[in-house]
Amino acid sequence: MIVTAAVTGFARCFTGVRAHWLGCAPALVPRIYFANHTSHVDFVLIWTVLPPAQRRVVRPVACADYWLANRLRRLVSEQFFRAVLIYRNPEPLRHPIGLMANVLDAGSSLIVFPEGTRKTGPERLLPFKSGLYHLARSRPHVELVPVWIENLSRVMPKGEIVPVPLLCSVTFGAPLRMFDGEDKTAFLDRTRHALLELRRDRNIAP
Amino acid sequence: MTATGQGIALFAGIAGVLVIASTIGVMLQRREATTGRNAVIENLNSRIKTWWAILLALWLAFWLGDAGAIALFGLASFASLREFLTLTPTRRADHLALAIAFFVVLPFQYYLIWIRWYELFLIFIPVYAFLLLPIVAALRGDTAGFMPRVAEVQWGLMICVFCLSHVPALLTLDIPGYEGRHLLLIGFLIIVVQFNDVLQYVWGKLFGRHKIAPQVSPSKTVEGLVGGVLSATLVGVGLWWITPFSPWQAGAIALVINLMGFFGGLVMSAIKRDRGVKDWGQTLKGHGGILDRLDSVVFAAPIFFHLTRYWWAA
Repeated sequence: MIVTAAVTGFARCFTGVRAHWLGCAPALVPRIYFANHTSHVDFVLIWTVLPPAQRRVVRPVACADYWLANRLRRLVSEQFFRAVLIYRNPEPLRHPIGLMANVLDAGSSLIVFPEGTRKTGPERLLPFKSGLYHLARSRPHVELVPVWIENLSRVMPKGEIVPVPLLCSVTFGAPLRMFDGEDKTAFLDRTRHALLELRRDRNIAP
Repeated sequence: MTATGQGIALFAGIAGVLVIASTIGVMLQRREATTGRNAVIENLNSRIKTWWAILLALWLAFWLGDAGAIALFGLASFASLREFLTLTPTRRADHLALAIAFFVVLPFQYYLIWIRWYELFLIFIPVYAFLLLPIVAALRGDTAGFMPRVAEVQWGLMICVFCLSHVPALLTLDIPGYEGRHLLLIGFLIIVVQFNDVLQYVWGKLFGRHKIAPQVSPSKTVEGLVGGVLSATLVGVGLWWITPFSPWQAGAIALVINLMGFFGGLVMSAIKRDRGVKDWGQTLKGHGGILDRLDSVVFAAPIFFHLTRYWWAA
């Protein structure tokens, strides 16, 4: 509890983060929150703005190569955030989609970053990897909620060590579902477009 | 009356004004409840609630003494600079310069007030930060928009840190016969300038007809300016007893800082308009960001500081 208060308190003080629930309200049903990926701590910001009840049942999907690299990261990711850790190059025994689907079946929600990698260039949002499509197809009844994280890439760009305090916001859009027989390209385009719609650009250079 | 007694009287007086404002707010709300919602009255009431929170923060800081006041305005600088730079188009190459601005320049400027090193306080940001930060940015090698980027970061530091730090710097002035009462001088500046903002708003809402600068700030009117500045100047005259000034001097100084406060609001509005936003942030419910509340103080503080220092300090 103290650690939770410390983490959310720090995130709030540092980034003044605000949540905008534009397309939906917080709910306890299993959901897939899919967000733009700007830094290793993206999910912390989403996690901070979720109400405590939702926070307890949401699990971020994160990169095992990074989060298992040392004991502190392992402790933080596994024990504290209960992250679903996925290896970049899955071994035959670990099926990432199956792993994520099991989490949804157990009643938890997921936070995923369908770009797969953090942006470094000027693009607003990289093309989505196919993971989101396979996940949605394996659990077609689960709501997909687009979540736009504004400004965090400026707080902590890839490769920087010291974060800079700038105001961030997290915008939740209207839930989507996969259409029957929707093909992969159309689905990934539609979801990516829904995420881009939530941008709150204010003349800020990329 | 002792300094503490005057301080208590001052806070009690402001609390009294807020009690009256809250009562009027509730009455207006009740009257409008029959005709439906009124955005202006709802905004008025959330502004008044935020004023109570600001009064509480000021009271806590003053209760802690000089250190509390320096810390409070240091935090206000931090929040203002964060709002300013959030809306400034910086690039990745500015990252280190921004980190230095927040974590080195800002705390050091307030530390200089604490150790009363006046000469360095005056030139640290206009000379040292001014020359150091572009070097840091240039070393990163990204030249796109270099001049505007560097200039805007420096401007943010000047406004949000350098100018604002002149409020607690009043504590370092050595004014004969005014020993131990410097917090009241801060109180005078803040109260007069904030009353000026509030009274301009009230006069403008009640009698505003002729817009001064419709392209910059549609809410600023001639009626609001004249009525607000004159009535806030009278507030300044009425507060002469907490200052080292005579009533006439208090009035003259109040007039100057009220005009500066008005133009501060105008300049900061021009920046907001150019950026396409209405407010700097959302920290203060009803008001917008911290910088929306402090834009007038930022422009008034250095002038108030230097007028007082030139004519009254030893």
